[in-house]
Amino acid sequence: MKVPYSWLKEYVDIDVTAEELQEKLFSCGFEVEELIDLGGEISKVVVAEVKSCEKVEGTHLVICQVNCGEYGDNIQIVTGAPNVYEGMHTPAALDGATLPGGIRIAAKPLKGIPSNGMMCSGEELGLNEDLYPGAEVYGLLDLPKDTVPGTDIREVVGLNDYIFDISVTANRPDCQSILGIAREVAAVLDKELKMPATDYTMTDTTVPGLEIRVDAPDLCPRYLGHAVRNITVGESPRWMRRNLALCGLRSISNVVDITNYVLLEIGQPMHAFDMEQLQEMKIIVRRAADGEKIQTLDEKEFTLTHENLVICDGNRPVALAGIMGGLNSEITDKTTQLLFEAAKFARDNIRRTSRALGQSSDSSARFEKGISEYITELGMARALHLIQELNCGEITSSAFDCSAGAPREGKHFTASLQRINGILGIEVPAEVVLNILRRLNFDVKRDGDTLDVTAPRYREDIEVGEPDLAEEVIREYGYEHVVPTFLKSATVTSGGKNAAQQRRDRTAAILCAQGYNECYTLSFYADSDLDALKIPADAPERNVIRIQNPISEKLSVMRPLLAPSMLNIAVENLKKGNNEGRLFEISNIYIPAENGERPEERPHLGFAAFGDNEDFFTVKGTVEALGEAFRLKFDVERAEDVSYLHPGVSAYILCEGERIGVFGKLANEVTAELKLHKDSKANHRIFLGEIDYDKMMSHAAFSIRYRPLSPFPEVVRDLALIVDEGTTCGSLMTEIARACQNVTDVELFDIYRGEQIGEGRKSMAFKIVFTPADKALAPEDVDRFIKKILGNLKFKLGAEIR
Amino acid sequence: MEQRINALREAMKQQIEQINSKENLAAFWQDFLGKKGSIADLMKGLGTVAKEDRPAMGKVINDFKVQVEEQYRVMSERMEQMELQARNRMEAVDITLPAKKHPQGHLHPLTLVRNEMINVFAGMGFDVFEGPEIEDDDHNFTRLNVPKDHPSRDMQDTFYLENDWLLRTQTSGGQIRVMDAQKPPIKVLVPGRVFRSDSDATHSPMFHQMEGLVVDKGITLCDLQGMLDKFVQQLFDASVRTRLRPSYFPFTEPSVEVDVSCFECAGKGCSLCKHTGWIEVLGGGVVHPKVLENCGIDSSVYSGIAFGIGIERIAMLKYGINNIGLLFENDVRFLKQF
Repeated sequence: MKVPYSWLKEYVDIDVTAEELQEKLFSCGFEVEELIDLGGEISKVVVAEVKSCEKVEGTHLVICQVNCGEYGDNIQIVTGAPNVYEGMHTPAALDGATLPGGIRIAAKPLKGIPSNGMMCSGEELGLNEDLYPGAEVYGLLDLPKDTVPGTDIREVVGLNDYIFDISVTANRPDCQSILGIAREVAAVLDKELKMPATDYTMTDTTVPGLEIRVDAPDLCPRYLGHAVRNITVGESPRWMRRNLALCGLRSISNVVDITNYVLLEIGQPMHAFDMEQLQEMKIIVRRAADGEKIQTLDEKEFTLTHENLVICDGNRPVALAGIMGGLNSEITDKTTQLLFEAAKFARDNIRRTSRALGQSSDSSARFEKGISEYITELGMARALHLIQELNCGEITSSAFDCSAGAPREGKHFTASLQRINGILGIEVPAEVVLNILRRLNFDVKRDGDTLDVTAPRYREDIEVGEPDLAEEVIREYGYEHVVPTFLKSATVTSGGKNAAQQRRDRTAAILCAQGYNECYTLSFYADSDLDALKIPADAPERNVIRIQNPISEKLSVMRPLLAPSMLNIAVENLKKGNNEGRLFEISNIYIPAENGERPEERPHLGFAAFGDNEDFFTVKGTVEALGEAFRLKFDVERAEDVSYLHPGVSAYILCEGERIGVFGKLANEVTAELKLHKDSKANHRIFLGEIDYDKMMSHAAFSIRYRPLSPFPEVVRDLALIVDEGTTCGSLMTEIARACQNVTDVELFDIYRGEQIGEGRKSMAFKIVFTPADKALAPEDVDRFIKKILGNLKFKLGAEIR
Repeated sequence: MEQRINALREAMKQQIEQINSKENLAAFWQDFLGKKGSIADLMKGLGTVAKEDRPAMGKVINDFKVQVEEQYRVMSERMEQMELQARNRMEAVDITLPAKKHPQGHLHPLTLVRNEMINVFAGMGFDVFEGPEIEDDDHNFTRLNVPKDHPSRDMQDTFYLENDWLLRTQTSGGQIRVMDAQKPPIKVLVPGRVFRSDSDATHSPMFHQMEGLVVDKGITLCDLQGMLDKFVQQLFDASVRTRLRPSYFPFTEPSVEVDVSCFECAGKGCSLCKHTGWIEVLGGGVVHPKVLENCGIDSSVYSGIAFGIGIERIAMLKYGINNIGLLFENDVRFLKQF
């Protein structure tokens, strides 16, 4: 919020610099986001008195000799301004001067005539008509004759001022005004607050037939209306125009300016209706009918619903409550009678209407944050006072006050000094507490430890009890008084991650050791991401949780699978020319529940590997490493029905017979549709995997029992087998192990195909480890085992020894 | 005889000096110590020596033999040494050739920071609780004392799902779940994903927070600062200090923003701290008694402090990352830096 320094000074005798005030405000909870020095860009621009003017023939230039006081009483400056005259007082930017917009002025000849600077227009100083009269005249700024040559121009035109751009926290809507900030300034500087005048005199006149009614008190708990007659629409006084301009508002007319002024000064949005435009002399505050229309001041038309609050006359909406007036009852130059509105509207309703219609205003911004009824009353009184002060209308006795009955006093409660200090952890002396609360306009009586407190009416944020008072005290007393203590009264506790959390860390560590980089991807994506993976329309993964109000369609589906996310980041990496990579993420997937029950969140482990060096078996190696770390025995089963994986190069991961995940090469038909270079080999080597993390962990053995090492040596035998091409390595290994209990390891070390073996057959060579149980193995024992194994293999798989 | 020995001794000395290979050395052995070598010759010649001189001459020959053997031993050791050196030279590699890599993966910077923070607080006795990402109004707002008409409940800021479920906007809801399940003393961290309808250079619709909560007897605002001092000193630098300034959160009262003195410039002012000497790192405060009461904890007996840290913000500060988007792009060149 923008607060001019000079305006603040109307209410508080500020005896600190703008920078010091910035610090003070910061320490009591009002961060000044920017301290704008109005004349900060202007230097070495002074009042010049034009002593002589000499026209240069054939040009539009005039050679002036000017008096700039201490800077020289006979400086030659050439100007092209048509309005220069002898005796004129005007700003001169001297050699080395700076002007707004980073403009630098230097002495240099104009068409060969020496000129020691530049005389300026109001615009060149950043002024407008509201900030300084005559500022928008074409040509030089004509200053009053009583200005002293050589004086810094900033003092003369009021640019020796600051604007505080203050951020106000959501709990302090009472500070959304100059007066609100002034109250805080007065408190923090311990100065008196000079309230703006709110007195006015009503005439006996009433407006016959005028009626105001609130039909929706839940959305409009307070509505004040006051009729003003005999309006003379005209210009506003200079002080009002200047203050409005400092806050970035243009002056329109006295009546409109009063409403804006009260908005800025008091924080109460005001509205003025042209009373002659009100049909049936009625104001009715009600919910709009569905489909009802209104055209607002800015000539936009809106179709409303019963969720929107409108101000109506006898027949039609005349204002969109709290947001903008209607075009049909707008104040014009011809207005002679008006009705002031000062109201409190429910902040969430204003916010929702404003968002829904995409229509906002300074008023709606205030209402959204919240207005107290004290401010509503004060705003109306101030507006009427200004009507009187500006002498632009007759204040009638037709005043209306529709109230839903909220109390008209500040919150009253008792609080314990000891508990205030107990919250803070320090001893703030009682008199300091009392002084601070009184400075903040709390009415406080002390009886020993007990404080009898009445909060100011505008402090609707104050809740009954000590915590709010503790905050008020410490922000004024100063946070530097807090003495850090290290949980001195807390019970000693043991802490740290639990076993499951530690296992997750370990999972990540194992994957890192396998060369996989951890990723974080968004929890939501689009239906099209599932389409890209060819997930069938009737697949269970298509039953998704949808975000009702997504930022975009692209981020609207709570993901049922990590695979699309993993594929997306693999593709993004390939697009950037990162031709190889290994990626993983452990993160939730989301499954809808029936009957509005809590949806399920399941952690999944997703991974992707891409690049020339990757193949099915590099990925399988990682999966097995993971299993080994948690003492899990994984089996694989061909996965032919996973839409996004190659049917011949993919596998389900089985653990004790349960499918816990799947991995494999990206399906050719999915790869073909990726927006990647078709000829890059790396692009055709993308592998994806996804494991149900909890399911995997449910099989893991966490307690470890040592198994004694066999005192007898192991025996290793090689065995080459000839089998049909279709016989899998896994089936051979299973049968080898099954045939003999002493087999503890089987490892494939060679595959051979060739003429010797014959068409459609292959030779597979295994290294088989036999571990003795209770006595050393003799060669004939092992021969017996081999015979048994061969017998089993021949019977089950038709394998022959080579 | 003696003359012959002396001549041989001279010859030996010469030959020794010329030995530069195992072949030379073997020849030397053959020449002197072999079956047909000079010493064997001498021994044979001993028969021609006068009988009384024989023992003395025998000793001379023997001494010579010992001398030769010693020389041979020295030389053969030297030869072995030389050969070893030659072999080592031949086997030497260019140690600046690229390594045969076993690719090493990296944890994400958010995980690194998260773990670092957990470690600090674990040392103070904090447990780690991870609540659900899909929440209800009650846990995310109502019981945290967020007023019914508070803007944060708007569709504008909160993602809503079907049946009034929503994506948690803050990990603060974890406080409620912990306090429902456990009575004081409580020291807990709630790290996790949170979601807000916001997306630009400084906002991601999904980000991570870590909530901290202490509930016990006599916990004060001073404890919050003391505890956070220890935290930031371990996380950033032992010289870092905290500064509290007033703020507003519905679930704490008083509420504070916590700044740390800039660890880049030690508070002198630099671009990281925007020349203020301070960096905003987290928010916190004394737990609102209504929040305690909402969880059945007697606020006249117990008090609490709570804080919330943006994990992305800390990671960005610590690693000098200037765009939050980088954290979710997962570019391997980025990931490998951590």
